Amino acid sequence: MLGKLSPATRIGLAIAIATGLYGVSFGALSVASGLDIWQTMALSLLLFSGGSQFGFIGVVSAGGSGITAMSTAVLLGIRNGVYGMQINALLRPRGLMKLVSAQVTIDESTAVCTSQVEVREQRRGFWVTGVAIFIFWNLFTFLGAIVGDAAGDPKQWGLDGAAVAGFLGLLWPRLKNREAVAIAAVAAVVTVVLTPWIPSGLPILAAALVVAVIGFVKSGHRLQQPEDSAPVIDDADRCITGEGR
Amino acid sequence: MSLWLWLLVASALCFGIKFIGYLVPSKLMDNPRIAYMSGIVTVGLLAALTAANTFGSGEKVAFDARIGGLVAAAIALRLRAPFIVVVIVGAAATGLLRLV
Repeated sequence: MLGKLSPATRIGLAIAIATGLYGVSFGALSVASGLDIWQTMALSLLLFSGGSQFGFIGVVSAGGSGITAMSTAVLLGIRNGVYGMQINALLRPRGLMKLVSAQVTIDESTAVCTSQVEVREQRRGFWVTGVAIFIFWNLFTFLGAIVGDAAGDPKQWGLDGAAVAGFLGLLWPRLKNREAVAIAAVAAVVTVVLTPWIPSGLPILAAALVVAVIGFVKSGHRLQQPEDSAPVIDDADRCITGEGR
Repeated sequence: MSLWLWLLVASALCFGIKFIGYLVPSKLMDNPRIAYMSGIVTVGLLAALTAANTFGSGEKVAFDARIGGLVAAAIALRLRAPFIVVVIVGAAATGLLRLV
């Protein structure tokens, strides 16, 4: 049965199950930090962005004010705006679909979408991952909020390792040449080096900014030398962005 | 009650940030320079997410069983294992290392 699903659907479901299960720890932690079940569910349904949700309850459990919790959640959510830009360019949703896509625009749905080469697979990857995570994440948040600590720590089952493997699996096919490997290395180092200094979630955004600047400088260089115009990162990206119109 | 208020404000703003991205004209991406940068940023974001999930622990850097998960996943990818197998291998390696 699994064999009949398209690659992007399979990848999306695998990631959605691993990520969704993490909702248990969010639900349990949220209730432990003093929110009630309804507030916990409101975060998973309305805010729906793991990093921001953990940030919000982290501040509350540390005794911080509501406005600090809100600001932390918003800071951690900034990268979703960058993702929105990418998804909009690739899939070009219209009207109401823009609103629905925006709600399920998170790390995982964007990663699965952009890891695909064909537009159809990008679309499937985005929607399957986004919608499946939304469903699993909310179901498991509810479960975690009700049973609390009894559910145990998902880390015990190596689920955090599943997230690591999942993102590496999405990155892997893009490491086709030295330039891509160098860009990936820079981004990874920037993320790790900045982690102790700025709120979690922001190092990822900082790494994206650093490589964007590198890309900006390099692309200017390339445009000045048209003979050196061989696509360096992934010429599929360029064809695809034009194709979705 | 005030916690509810801030919770709803946070949700509205977080949705707003996501949505603003969708208001950026997609024609911008037809520009070869922007398209090239977008490809680079995707690689950077995936690498950053991998690193954050491997070494990040709240606002600290931690070197723990997840590194074993990363290495095991890399080996599985090298052996051209399907995606789901890579994810399971990563989880199993991390879980097993935590047991010892």
